[in-house]
Amino acid sequence: MIYREAGDFKTSYAADNQTFPIRGDRVAYYLVIAFAFLVVPFFINDYWANSIVLPFLIYAIAALGLNILIGYCGQLSLGSGAFMAVGAYATFKLTVAFPGMSIVFVILLAGLVTAAVGVLFGLPSLRIKGFYLAVATLAAQFFLIWLFTQQPWFYNNSPTGMISMPTREFLGYPVTGARASAVSMYLFCLMFAVALAWLARNLTRGTMGRKWMAIRDMDIAAEIIGVNPMLAKLSAFAVSSFFIGVAGALLFGVYLGAVEAGEAFGIDKSFLILFMVIIGGLGSILGSFLGAAFLIVGPVLLKLLLVNQLGWPSDLAAHLEIMIVGALILVVLILEPHGMTALWRTIKEKLRLWPFPH
Amino acid sequence: MKMTRMAAALAVTMVAAAPAIAESLHFPMLNYRTGPFGPNGMAFADGYQDYLTLINERDGGIGGVPIRYTECETAYNTERGVECYQGIRGDNPLIVQPLSTGITYQLIPRTMEDRVPMHSMGYGRTSAVNGEVFNWTFNYPGTYWDGASVIINYLLEENDGSLDGKKIVLVYHNSAYGREPIPTLTRLSERLGYEFIPIAVDSPGQEQRSQWLQIRRERPDYVLMWGWGVMNPTAIQEAANIRFPMNNFIGVWWSGSEQDVRPAGEGAHGYRSLAMHGTGRDYPIYDDMQQYVIDAGLYAGTGDEVGTVLYSRGLYAAMLAVEAARTAQEIHGVGVITPAMMRDGMANLVITEERMAELGLPGFGPAFEVSCQNHGGSGEAMIQEWDAHNQEWNLITEWIAPDRELIMEMVMEDSLAYAAENDITPQCLERSGG
Repeated sequence: MIYREAGDFKTSYAADNQTFPIRGDRVAYYLVIAFAFLVVPFFINDYWANSIVLPFLIYAIAALGLNILIGYCGQLSLGSGAFMAVGAYATFKLTVAFPGMSIVFVILLAGLVTAAVGVLFGLPSLRIKGFYLAVATLAAQFFLIWLFTQQPWFYNNSPTGMISMPTREFLGYPVTGARASAVSMYLFCLMFAVALAWLARNLTRGTMGRKWMAIRDMDIAAEIIGVNPMLAKLSAFAVSSFFIGVAGALLFGVYLGAVEAGEAFGIDKSFLILFMVIIGGLGSILGSFLGAAFLIVGPVLLKLLLVNQLGWPSDLAAHLEIMIVGALILVVLILEPHGMTALWRTIKEKLRLWPFPH
Repeated sequence: MKMTRMAAALAVTMVAAAPAIAESLHFPMLNYRTGPFGPNGMAFADGYQDYLTLINERDGGIGGVPIRYTECETAYNTERGVECYQGIRGDNPLIVQPLSTGITYQLIPRTMEDRVPMHSMGYGRTSAVNGEVFNWTFNYPGTYWDGASVIINYLLEENDGSLDGKKIVLVYHNSAYGREPIPTLTRLSERLGYEFIPIAVDSPGQEQRSQWLQIRRERPDYVLMWGWGVMNPTAIQEAANIRFPMNNFIGVWWSGSEQDVRPAGEGAHGYRSLAMHGTGRDYPIYDDMQQYVIDAGLYAGTGDEVGTVLYSRGLYAAMLAVEAARTAQEIHGVGVITPAMMRDGMANLVITEERMAELGLPGFGPAFEVSCQNHGGSGEAMIQEWDAHNQEWNLITEWIAPDRELIMEMVMEDSLAYAAENDITPQCLERSGG
């Protein structure tokens, strides 16, 4: 009754083609955005902002990026961890080299640097496909991490190879470094997450996204109808790496403050982001957010429940957490092979028919 | 129904922030009992917790105020470590001890900002020795650079004062931790004329075949090791496989525990490592420990780590923390101290031979004094050797002093660079009021 398209009349193509054609969706979307920007900052406490919401937003951006590559363009990549490292190290080099540059520009530039690196490592995709491409991107993972741990130029000769982020301000509020308040870091990351999700949504709706999807569904057919596979694949690598680079920049600059490439951006990070995309739902913007929430927020909530509420020993809780999250991944994939976003789609279908199921 | 119950449970968890219990001293523990470093972290955590339990049970706390400890599992993962720290920072944590160099680096700026003292005992950022820059970070009684220098001084002694023309390999965990000693060893090689070859092992370090092949080719006179977790036993096994003389294989204090040498069996006989404190149950404190903690069933974990190297290290860390809290109580004349007062206690900590004997740990660690200019203690360490036949570590030297002059020079360079990058004016901190 509440959620339906009947009575929601469109009088122009623009109105018909908008992102959320159903009024219920649109209202809900604006409410969520308003809630995130206007209400949450007044209520969020430091622990929630720093340990749960920040990593969720940052990993959601990374998942969005990988989703563009895998979900929309069908190119399998295992180099996401290394691309995040590129974003992080570019941020470090740029902020230290140009202390006066605005942090927003630094992060966007870091994204562009990552995009360039991504295109470079995306070149093999022109010749190889599927699992073989995944192995080729694995090379990026190992090579880049080796570069960042063995070449002193990248970490400014620090004796340990750690890079740390100095304090930088945005609109007069520190957003990086230890002086940054939880709310300013939250709003800063939220801004990037919303802007990039908006960008991703519109890119995938437009010509570019359709080309990517054509390549994904059948590359030879796509080439015959006039899609240039080189441009489509490389642009997917570029856009995807840009997103992942921004996520890496935020993870290093805002969330962690100090990183060491081998430890923070190892192969396990590549798999983590891949799992987010698969569990959330391939080829879906909402899915990226759901996947990130499932794998980042889930374990922390589970820990809070087991250790802080039930008072279980923390090592037992840590072991249980691995088992429970693993089991949940299996359950989700067996019950809903298309990811959590498919679950949401089913709910919407049901809602439209409610209260008359036939 | 199930969903509502789960939702209710989640809603309860959302109101996290544990209530601060008044009239107690909060000692948070950032432990790891899981993951590839779990076996090492477990022994340390048991020792730390058992000592705090002993103080509570036997003395009713420090100066009559009971200790309250909380535990958070980090799995040696920096992101988890940051999350753990965020969870405790609002709860008056008196001292943060992350037992991970990576997590220490993350927390240095945060603890400075939150005014919470951090103690990285024998790990972490070496240049935190300079307390004028790192007001809130302490790394007594010794640092990695001290450790590297102690080993080199020991080798000098063995070789009649000259290492000229010798070849020394460092096998290190490829992380911030493992890379710490490289600058010291490089600088010493320039001064003493030995050839220095660092060889990295990627974390966690279960696969070292190629590294040891390289070592076999290089034919070094000595191999030093900065390893942790599963990397240690693997390296010792590999060294035994290529028949490298174990007496010339020396690990840092984090590469010299029972867990590291036992898997190699007889092959590990003669392996040496640094020791920053004594080991074993031959100290009077273990009588009390047996009575109040072990027999009472209050021990942490399974209780089978008691007296091992890393258990002793946890116990030592807890002892130094408790002594610092006691010092803070004396300085400020109050029982319930704040983190800022605790910092004063740490900055004025004096550990003497007599005090250690009173505590039931005679000759356990070095005697040292902490000052604003020196947060790193004396830096002295001993060398211990593994006896595979009797399954025990034997100390083979007295306390060996490091080349503090060189180390302080490097500390000043690194800490002042940090101060410049982060707009810190080096100065000693005034005692907190109250």
